[in-house]
Amino acid sequence: MKREIPLILTAVVGLTFVVQFFVPHYPLGFMADMFSDWFSIIAACAIWLGALNLLKISLNKIYKKDKDRFYAVVTIISFLLIVIAGFFFSGGRRFQEPGTSFDWLYINVYSPLSATMFAMLAFYVASASYRAFRARNAQATILLLAAFVVMIGRTPFSDWLSGVFFLPEGWQISNLSNIIMNFFNVAGQRAIMIGISLGLISTALRVILGIERTYLGGD
Amino acid sequence: MQRIFEKLLAIDRRIIFLVIFLALSIPIFLGIKINIKVTDEVQIFYDAISSLPSGSRIMVACDYDPGSEPELQPMAESGFRYFIQNNLRFVIIGLWPQGPMQANKALVSINEAKDEFIVENGDTLYFGTDLIVVGPDTARYGIDFVNLGFQAGNELVIQRMGSSIKAAFASDLRLGKPIEEFDIMRGLNQLSDFDFIFNLSAGYPGTVEWVQFAVDRFHVACGAGNTAVQAPQVYPYLDSGQLSGLMGGMKGAAELEKVVGHKAKATMFMVSQTAAHIFVILFIVIGNIAYFATRGKSGRKG
Repeated sequence: MKREIPLILTAVVGLTFVVQFFVPHYPLGFMADMFSDWFSIIAACAIWLGALNLLKISLNKIYKKDKDRFYAVVTIISFLLIVIAGFFFSGGRRFQEPGTSFDWLYINVYSPLSATMFAMLAFYVASASYRAFRARNAQATILLLAAFVVMIGRTPFSDWLSGVFFLPEGWQISNLSNIIMNFFNVAGQRAIMIGISLGLISTALRVILGIERTYLGGD
Repeated sequence: MQRIFEKLLAIDRRIIFLVIFLALSIPIFLGIKINIKVTDEVQIFYDAISSLPSGSRIMVACDYDPGSEPELQPMAESGFRYFIQNNLRFVIIGLWPQGPMQANKALVSINEAKDEFIVENGDTLYFGTDLIVVGPDTARYGIDFVNLGFQAGNELVIQRMGSSIKAAFASDLRLGKPIEEFDIMRGLNQLSDFDFIFNLSAGYPGTVEWVQFAVDRFHVACGAGNTAVQAPQVYPYLDSGQLSGLMGGMKGAAELEKVVGHKAKATMFMVSQTAAHIFVILFIVIGNIAYFATRGKSGRKG
């Protein structure tokens, strides 16, 4: 029963969601709504589980005197700081409301740090493109040219450059960029999306029918 | 010459970092004015929102975090400003935990009132939270806009809103009041009661899920603002008409600013982005010239 009950639950929930898409009436619509609510509750609990797990791993690193324990200390202090600010220092208001200490930390600490991490990508992309983006063969050259056109075409500089080279209307760099995005990109993305969808359908069917059981932890 | 190319190939990456830093930062202080051309994708979005009658209710789904702020925050600010100026009411939600807070940040940013609060009919109204002032227009919390906050559950939250908004969002973010107590929520029972969805997305869950569930299943028109990285993935939805407009990256944000008639952050940052793009292209060209020059020589030697 240890394996059969999860398999039955998966089959019932999976089939309910599939069938109610086409027949959204009672009781299938009601069941799908109920399962959606359950999913939200589980997802909310998973956030807590993730936070507690982070705390546990960080505490373990400090306890075992790991070489990265300094980062673990920073993680724990940050974690406790934002939790305490949210729970105990909101002045009777909801913690996410503008003006609370949680909001202050979000705007002045979390937000700039998070944006900085993402902004650093620009530097690494520039460095990586200098070292790795080579026209080694025909495919790489086509990719390189397409990247040039899209990168320039997505900036106002492209209009100036098109003017310098007297490119005719419709053949300006921004137009070429749009052609690449709207035709070549769309065709490629559609193929990828159809492929992913077919893969998802077959995997979902295998899970619903109990053929694929790896999620249970067995083989 | 060979040695110069070899040196170029082995250039210290900190020099590249420095060049990019200068390319990004200097243009901000030069005050260069650039002309932004509005693409069809953004024009479709503008046409969709400008065709909404006054008083229409829009769902603004903020599915991003501060990491994507330079690209998506200007879109949020331009969108909110346009909605307030054109008497379009909006309900903010987020499938990302940080999304609703980013919306709060955008509303505080566009608020033009200097005073901290006013007292109206016995109620204390704080500017930037209860009352947003944009020129001669105002929006009041609970009547013209409301923030319902974040809900865990990804696309299943969208599916749940299809049958009941209250089941997915029982109370609002600011006051913790049941949503049915707000004037703006009167008659808004399910997703299809909205006139339009404005999704700001930086990944999963985001625009793809809103199209698959809200547009395809519940037939609500949706326009989106995406990061430049994500935008290519949703172009097929634009081509098929499932998406009512798309703004991609900072360029899309700058185009939106132009089309709504309020040039702001994105237009200013486009100068920096343009400079950075030019330098990245130059780096690639120099890297390739150096690579082929040294490869040719070493090949002959060998």
